Amino acid sequence: MSDLEALVKTILEQIAAAGDEAALEAVRVAALGKKGSISALLATLGKMSPDERKTQGAAINLAKDKVTEALTAKRDVLKSAALDARLASETIDVTLPLRDAPAETGRIHPLSQVWDELTTIFADMGFSVAEGPDIETDDYNFTKLNFPEGHPAREMHDTFFFNPKSDGSRMLLRTHTSPVQVRTMLSQKPPIRVICPGRTYRIDSDATHTPQFHQVEGLVIDKSSHLGHLKWILHEFCKAFFEVDHINMRFRPSFFPFTEPSLEVDIQCRRDKGEIRFGEGEDWLEILGCGMVHPNVLRACGIDPDVYQGFAWGMGIDRIAMLKYGMSDLRQLFDSDVRWLSHYGFKPLETPTLAGGLST
Amino acid sequence: MKFTLSWLKEHLDTDEPLEKLADKLTMIGLEVESIEDKAKALAPFSIARVISAEQHPNADRLRVCMVDTGDGGAPIQVVCGAPNARAGLISVFSPPGTYIPGKNITLGIGTIRGVESRGMLCSAAELQISDDHDGIMELPADAPVGKGYAEWAGLGDPVIEINLTPNRQDCTGVHGIARDLFAADMGKFIDPAIKPIKGEFPCPVQVTVEDEKLCPGFALRLVRGVKNGPSPEWLQKRLTSIGLRPINALVDITNFMTYDRARPLHVFDAKKVRGNLTVRRARDGESLLALDGRTYNLDPSICVIADEHGVESLAGIMGGETSGCDENTTDVLIESALWNEINIAQTGRKLGINSDARYRFERGVDPAFMVPGLELATKLVMEMCGGTPSENIVVGNPFGADRIIDFPLSEVKRLAGIDVPLVETRHILSRLGFMMAGSGPVVKIAVPSWRTDVSGKADIVEEIVRIVGVDKVPMTPFERGDEPRKSVLTAIQLRTGRAKRALAARGMVEAVTWSFISKPAAELFGGGQAELALANPIASDLSDMRPSLLPGLIAAAQANINHSFSDVALFEVGQVFRGDKPEDQWIAASGVRHGFASTKGMGRHWSGSAAADALDAKADAFAVLAAAGAPMQALQIVPGGPKWLHPGRSGTIQIGPQNVLGYFGELHPRALEALGADGPLIAFEVILDRIPEAKKKPTRAKPVLELSAFQPVSRDFAFIVDRTVKAGDLVRAAQGVDKKLITDVTVFDLYEGKGIDPGKKSLAIAVTIQPREKTMTDQEIDAVAAKIVAEVTKKTGGTLRA
Repeated sequence: MSDLEALVKTILEQIAAAGDEAALEAVRVAALGKKGSISALLATLGKMSPDERKTQGAAINLAKDKVTEALTAKRDVLKSAALDARLASETIDVTLPLRDAPAETGRIHPLSQVWDELTTIFADMGFSVAEGPDIETDDYNFTKLNFPEGHPAREMHDTFFFNPKSDGSRMLLRTHTSPVQVRTMLSQKPPIRVICPGRTYRIDSDATHTPQFHQVEGLVIDKSSHLGHLKWILHEFCKAFFEVDHINMRFRPSFFPFTEPSLEVDIQCRRDKGEIRFGEGEDWLEILGCGMVHPNVLRACGIDPDVYQGFAWGMGIDRIAMLKYGMSDLRQLFDSDVRWLSHYGFKPLETPTLAGGLST
Repeated sequence: MKFTLSWLKEHLDTDEPLEKLADKLTMIGLEVESIEDKAKALAPFSIARVISAEQHPNADRLRVCMVDTGDGGAPIQVVCGAPNARAGLISVFSPPGTYIPGKNITLGIGTIRGVESRGMLCSAAELQISDDHDGIMELPADAPVGKGYAEWAGLGDPVIEINLTPNRQDCTGVHGIARDLFAADMGKFIDPAIKPIKGEFPCPVQVTVEDEKLCPGFALRLVRGVKNGPSPEWLQKRLTSIGLRPINALVDITNFMTYDRARPLHVFDAKKVRGNLTVRRARDGESLLALDGRTYNLDPSICVIADEHGVESLAGIMGGETSGCDENTTDVLIESALWNEINIAQTGRKLGINSDARYRFERGVDPAFMVPGLELATKLVMEMCGGTPSENIVVGNPFGADRIIDFPLSEVKRLAGIDVPLVETRHILSRLGFMMAGSGPVVKIAVPSWRTDVSGKADIVEEIVRIVGVDKVPMTPFERGDEPRKSVLTAIQLRTGRAKRALAARGMVEAVTWSFISKPAAELFGGGQAELALANPIASDLSDMRPSLLPGLIAAAQANINHSFSDVALFEVGQVFRGDKPEDQWIAASGVRHGFASTKGMGRHWSGSAAADALDAKADAFAVLAAAGAPMQALQIVPGGPKWLHPGRSGTIQIGPQNVLGYFGELHPRALEALGADGPLIAFEVILDRIPEAKKKPTRAKPVLELSAFQPVSRDFAFIVDRTVKAGDLVRAAQGVDKKLITDVTVFDLYEGKGIDPGKKSLAIAVTIQPREKTMTDQEIDAVAAKIVAEVTKKTGGTLRA
């Protein structure tokens, strides 16, 4: 073995033995640095004869290439090992529990959700949404709606009153959202198509009654709308709202001062372990009242009942919300218990749409 | 309104089964609320005889009875605990498999203390026919063993209860219900003419009506020489079947007429009446001991019937005790009158009397039946009690005004959307008692006297449609028409919906609290005005309309804290009241946070836990304002707020001092104490109505986006300022240097403490400079920076931190 071969062998052994990039660099400097062993051999070439330079030169350069190649390969190995070692030390505990996203824990009250569902369905049918004050006059809440003074029908509404004013009149808390219908008819010319959702009040408190509750009423006034249209609208609404393919409804004659003829509407259902299934079963569940707007109401609102006609209906938002979503106790709607609200409430991104299904 | 099937059949000749009659009643507007069919429920209970009753071998209080059930089979062994179980007793037996309504169990074959028992001898309470549970029932010796008990006891008559609507006074009597069923083809109406009974002498008592408005008609007659006592069994059964107590024949007749004919009557014991009768207003100070045993103090709003002694009866509501009929009555005055509906309703309400008479008179009874009702009552009195009748005295006009309606036959189609042939219309109306003249297109229709609820064309349409059947009205698609498909929601409705979802998206939970709160809570939040206090609140803590949502939310938060849910973030968007006019009702969006319910993350967590603070409330308020479309750049924050907020940890959000949009901050400890709530609690309230409406744009296109070709430059500055200097002022000073070039100023550090003089703080801002026309040179940027330092120093007195 020549001296050169021995030198290369030694250097290659040193490269193989280098444990880190610093040691490898030291080997590189010792071999290829300015004062390195292979650099020193290259420096001797100038003093050689041309023939000798030719053979020795090729041999030395070959040795240099061999060393360089080995250095590069070793550097890659060491770099990769160093990265692996670093990554191996950088572990985190991926099982640490996350914080719940606010949009997942926040809740919309079922009444707000159902408000959105109602407006979505009726907007599609061409209805706009009218609202009015909770504190009303006797005139708008009763008289214009054909409740004669002293008539027992007034007693069907257990009314909250405010104290009488100096002129003897007294305000009251509306017992239904029908005064919004009055306000709409007084301020708007037919054709009218509105729904009137809102908060209403009656002196009543038990498992199925609370002193405040919510109603949505509908009103259509034009020159041709009749009971057949009313039946169709309510049928379509119930199917859309309860998200069922078919529903059986029963329309019964009834009495309300502000409609004539007046009807009450039941839907067929079956109670199954707290859930209510619609369109099947033996039970008839009363869900709303409706009828053709009474001529006296139209007259009181400045509309000629021989030219215009129309219908109105009203139902409890709380009640249909409870039926649809299986809530059993009306009072819990107003109890603000976060356990109940988290369970029955809706996530903020669950916005009802017709395209996507109201609640899916 | 209650009646029995057999009672109905006195007025309706029908073979229709009960279920069909009940369905029809509901479908013509007489909604059947319940049918109590005791015969069905008690079918397994039969009459049986106890053959022997021996002492139970293993129990002192039990007897082993052998019972003859009358089925011809062997006697049945029954173990019985009743003290009255004895040989020879006729009682009621139920075999195994029977449902016992009074105990809510189904009987099985049992072994009681080692002795088998194959049935039960029953008490009246176990059958739910009375409260009597002292031993088993004891029937008369001649009761037929083996027969069904219910049938033998006359419980076989189903009781039907109708939920009567207030317009149908004619159906407060069975006769009227039968007429409706007749119109609906459910049988033949039994309606024989009522023959007048000739009086044999003039009525000795005269009647004066002082106010015809209060008493449009009054009829009276004396029957002399009657013998009063228990009424006949059929009448007693009628009354007991619907829960009325038989008293004596004369009184029972009046109750019967009330339920049978919707004709309330009153009977006076003529010997107890002094002189003539006057119908008049009561005088102040007068009172009456009424038939219910209570004494009522009267006033001139109340109409009474008086004799020379004073008030004898509350007109149309209840008679007086002293002139009432009892078994000693020999001469009876029968009164059949008409009363003013409103006055009856008001008097009944005022005195708190809900009598069967009031129920009918306040709905308006059939005026034309005043005299026939008196004749019918006279007939019943003479049949049951004998006697000689006087002539009638009739005061006033018993018929009321004729009601003739011009009815276009097309009206049915117009309002109800259904074609009803003329023949059918005529058939229905005539059976209901209407008279129809002409054959169209406009006919004249006379309304029968008993239908006081019918006055116009729409009423006639209802009569026809309800009998034809509302289910026959074809559903007709309702065309949406060519109305544009634009938003149907008002600005405030859109804001309300967006505010709710924005707050829920921040992890808050929506509550719906009461519109009324306690007066102290209302006053604390700027409410409690007299005009917003309820005259008849349901409870003292629900007495005043809320001026703010916060008292309700704070109470709700506290209720949850009490349930160990301490980290609670609640919001509500709803109405608040500042006065009783429509424009005084606003929509507020409000929220409260407690404990670790911070905007930085809910609850305690390994990644860091922060208590909710006043700036969380600010963030919530801003989220609402942004979602509701408020002009965010125009909002000003003024330190401090209303008195219910911590003075140093609260702020007011406004657009100029004239338009305050809301508040945020930590609740004042005194407010918390007054509300009984645990602090610290942070809250905000924004009035959505106060947000200025954005200008309507003709198109939906957004403004053109300008993307600068030049790199923005960011420079950081740290200033030492007094603690009292507001960060907002410092930011505004920097921003104000060049509104075009400076596109953003962010506070990225706030420091107080070591290294900073006491009373001072360090505020560090990052300023973004966006070159507009060319890349800026270092000198140009330095010049802007120098201006920022100068301006901040000038406005805040701060110095650049070394």
